[in-house]
Amino acid sequence: MKVIQVDRFISDANDKDAAKLREDLKAKGVLFLNLMSSPGSGKTTFLSRTLQDLKDLRLAVMEADIASTVDAERIAALGARSIQVHTGGMCHMDAGMTGAALETLGTDELDVIFLENVGNLICPAEFDTGAHKNVMILSVPEGDDKPLKYPLMFQQSDVLIVSKIDALPYFNFDLDKCRERALRLNPDIRIFPVSAKTGEGMEEWENWLREAREKNTSSVTAAP
Amino acid sequence: MHEMGIVLHLAKTLDETAEEENLTKIGSVTLQVGEVSGIMTDLFTDCWNYFRGRHKALTECELILETIPAVTYCEGCGKTYPTVPQGRQCPHCGSWETWLKQGNECIIKEIEAE
Ligand SMILES: Nc1nc2c(ncn2[C@@H]2O[C@H](COP(=O)(O)OP(=O)(O)O)[C@@H](O)[C@H]2O)c(=O)[nH]1
Ligand SMILES: [Mg+2]
Ligand SMILES: [Zn+2]
Ligand SMILES: [Zn+2]
Repeated sequence: MKVIQVDRFISDANDKDAAKLREDLKAKGVLFLNLMSSPGSGKTTFLSRTLQDLKDLRLAVMEADIASTVDAERIAALGARSIQVHTGGMCHMDAGMTGAALETLGTDELDVIFLENVGNLICPAEFDTGAHKNVMILSVPEGDDKPLKYPLMFQQSDVLIVSKIDALPYFNFDLDKCRERALRLNPDIRIFPVSAKTGEGMEEWENWLREAREKNTSSVTAAP
Repeated sequence: MHEMGIVLHLAKTLDETAEEENLTKIGSVTLQVGEVSGIMTDLFTDCWNYFRGRHKALTECELILETIPAVTYCEGCGKTYPTVPQGRQCPHCGSWETWLKQGNECIIKEIEAE
């Protein structure tokens, strides 16, 4: 036997698949967003509110869960196209899994696809899913120290949604401190404090989403 | 489970390499695993042994693991220190302005094949 130098990151195979997905979706004018957070921080509630507010856009949701189908049922009840991905015990999604799910979901006649990733602030940040943008949620009850504990998640995210701000009066959550800690890790991160319950702050997030979607398509038309 | 997902990524790269280099048999693969990469090496080896039995090109492929120590760099004093067990605060000057220099990576270094 001979020795062959490989010298490749183990993540290279996944990164290649992810880049291909990202390109294909962009060519179709579909914006793909990867939503990450701890379990219970409000991903499904936040997505439901977004779907109800943006009736003029064609939105779809990919729900990734270790086993249940409850989230996909909540989304389907709103009339949006959705698919449930069972990760079979896996704690994160990778590009191979999103690629297969996108095929089943179908990507025609859509403007935006959301992936609700497995609830976990750690390893989903390590695997490129092929999304154009990463969006993370940190809810007020979780505490403003989370950027210190899970730096990679904050570094990999383009958007930080601080959710459940209607609960601010009941928790020692310092919004300014949270902002400062997140920006220190990632100076480009966009921060939107929202309450999916009262609707406060949702408009700013939705404006960002519309803009991101327009940018994603306009640069396609600009390409040769 | 986290490790199984990474085993699949490893297998994919090995399949690609086998095709590129016209290999019929891979006898071993050497992986360099960062100390804080989040990969549990015992679990990873178990996953590998389970997986390779079901993948005919890799049945005989032994897994050799090497550890890359985690090293943190301090912006405050310019020194480095071992990340484990020190953490984010510099033991030399007490600064929190530190970042991981190495130790969260996982690299496929080489294979033995024919
Ligand atoms: N007070 C308050 N509760 C919320 C808000 N958003 C979600 N919740 C609650 O938080 C819990 C978890 O929400 P869910 O959307 O299922 O979280 P997921 O696990 O991240 O998908 C539910 O009981 C929601 O009703 C919010 O903006 N304000
Ligand atoms: Mg959910
Ligand atoms: Zn994982
Ligand atoms: Zn120092």
